[in-house]
Amino acid sequence: MSRELIVSKIEHGTVIDHIPAGRALAVLRVLGITGREGVRVALVMNVESGKLGKKDIVKIEGRELTPEEVNIISAVAPTATINIVRSFEVVKKFKVSPPEVVRGRFKCKNPTCVTNAPREPVEPAFYLVRKEPPLFVCAYCGRYHELGDLL
Amino acid sequence: MWRSRDVISARDFTRADLEELFETAKYMEKYAKSRLDVLRGKIMAVAFFEPSTRTRLSFEVAMKRLGGDVVGFWGAEGTSVEKGETLADTIKMLDAYSNIIVIRHRYEGAAKLAAEVAESPVVNGGDGAFNHPTQAMLDIYTMWREFGRVDGLNIGLLGDLRHARTVNSLLEALANFNVRVYLISPEYLRPRAETIDYVRSRGLKLSFHTNVEEVIGELDVMYVVRIQKERFIDPLEYEKVKGSYRVAPDMLRNAKKSLIVLHPLPRVDEIDPRVDATPHAKYFKQAALGVPLRMALIYLILS
Ligand SMILES: Nc1ncnc2c1ncn2[C@@H]1O[C@H](COP(=O)(O)OP(=O)(O)OP(=O)(O)O)[C@@H](O)[C@H]1O
Ligand SMILES: [Mg+2]
Ligand SMILES: [Zn+2]
Repeated sequence: MSRELIVSKIEHGTVIDHIPAGRALAVLRVLGITGREGVRVALVMNVESGKLGKKDIVKIEGRELTPEEVNIISAVAPTATINIVRSFEVVKKFKVSPPEVVRGRFKCKNPTCVTNAPREPVEPAFYLVRKEPPLFVCAYCGRYHELGDLL
Repeated sequence: MWRSRDVISARDFTRADLEELFETAKYMEKYAKSRLDVLRGKIMAVAFFEPSTRTRLSFEVAMKRLGGDVVGFWGAEGTSVEKGETLADTIKMLDAYSNIIVIRHRYEGAAKLAAEVAESPVVNGGDGAFNHPTQAMLDIYTMWREFGRVDGLNIGLLGDLRHARTVNSLLEALANFNVRVYLISPEYLRPRAETIDYVRSRGLKLSFHTNVEEVIGELDVMYVVRIQKERFIDPLEYEKVKGSYRVAPDMLRNAKKSLIVLHPLPRVDEIDPRVDATPHAKYFKQAALGVPLRMALIYLILS
C-alpha cells in the first residue's frame, strides 16, 4: 500500500479506487466535478493494481460522496470501489452498482425523443431495467440505453 | 378506473380497464349516429401537430356525439407553434381552455410531457414512432366484437412491424390477454427489442415468421400494416418481397373461413381491393368502431 500512495494522504473525503486505467477523467466528468468548485482533487493514473493490472484512482478532499451520487460512475468505472476517509483512515468501503434511476445529466440517444426537442422544459430520465449488464430505458421514448450509451 | 386518467401508453392499462372500456363502447354503439347529452359544457382540445384524418375526426365526432364541444388545430401552420412556441407552452394554454386534451406529435414522449404539464387529462393520439394507444384499444375492441372474446385468438401481424406506430401499442395491449401472436415480416422489420422484451416479460406467446403461407391456416385475425419501399436497404429486396406481404384473394385461399383482416388505415396497396368484398374484410368496420370506442374512452375519463 505505501507503494501505491503516490499522492499525500487526505484527512477527510472520498477515494475512488479500482477505476479502469485511463478513466479517471471520465469519472470526474460523470460526477460533474470540473475543478472550479474549489475542492482539492488528486488523480492517479495508470498505476499497478493486483486486481486490474493497471488502474486509476481519484481522491477528493473534504467531500464524502453518497452511494446515490457515485453509483452513476458505474457507467464508466463498473469496477470502482468507494472509500470514505475520516481522520486519514478508511471508515467505509462500498462497490458501485448501477442506479435504479438516472435523472438529468445524460441525453437520450434518440434524436426524435421529446427530451431532445429544442427548449422543451423536460429533464431526461432513465430507468434501470436489467442489472447485468446494466440496461436502461428512456422514460420518455422507451429506447434502450446501455451505460456507455449514456455518456 | 378511467376517471381523470391520462392515456399515454398502452402499457398503463390492465385487462380490467380494457374490458370496462369495451363494455362501455358497446353501449355507445347505439349512440354513434345520434347524440347522448352527457358531456354538455365540456370542451375537448385537439392538438394535432402532425396531420391525421381518421384519428382526429373520430375523436371530434365522439366528443360531439357525447354533447361536448371541440376546439383545436391540426398541422402547425399558422399557429404559435410555427413561431417557435414550445409544446409545453402550447399545452399549458390549451389546458386552461379545455377539460381534456388529445395530442398527436412527431416526437416520442410528447404526450407524456404534455401530461406532465397539463392538469386536464391528456390522451395520446399518436406520438413518435411507437405509441398510438387508442388505436390499439380499437383494434382489440374490433376483435372482441367480432369473436365475443379475445382470449384464445391466433393473431398474425403482417408487414413493417418495426416502424408502424400502431404495432407496438397493439402488442403491449395484447399482453393483457391469453392470445398467440405470429409476427410476419422481413427479419429486419421485426418489432424493436424494447417491445419484444416487454411483451415476453408479460407472458405473451410470440413467434417470428417471414412467410405468411406457413401460418395463414392458423390465424383468426390478420392485422396488416404497410411496408414502405424506403425501409428497404436494397431496392431489389423490396421488389422481391413486396408481393409476400400484400394481402390478396389467393393468399386467403387457405385461411379459416372465420379469419378477419384488420388494418389501421389508410391503406395504400397492401390489401388488394378485391379482398374488400370478402367476409374476411373488417377494416372498414374497425374504422367505424373508432367513434363508439372513443366515445367510451372520453366518457369514462370525463364523467
Ligand atoms: N488517508 C488516505 N488518503 C488518501 N488515500 C487513502 C487514504 N487511506 C487509504 N487511501 C487509499 O484508498 C484506497 C483503499 O485503501 P485501503 O487501505 O482500504 O486499501 P486496500 O486494503 O488495498 O483496499 P481494497 O481491498 O479495496 O483494494 C487505496 O487506494 C489507498 O491508497
Ligand atoms: Mg487495494
Ligand atoms: Zn428518449
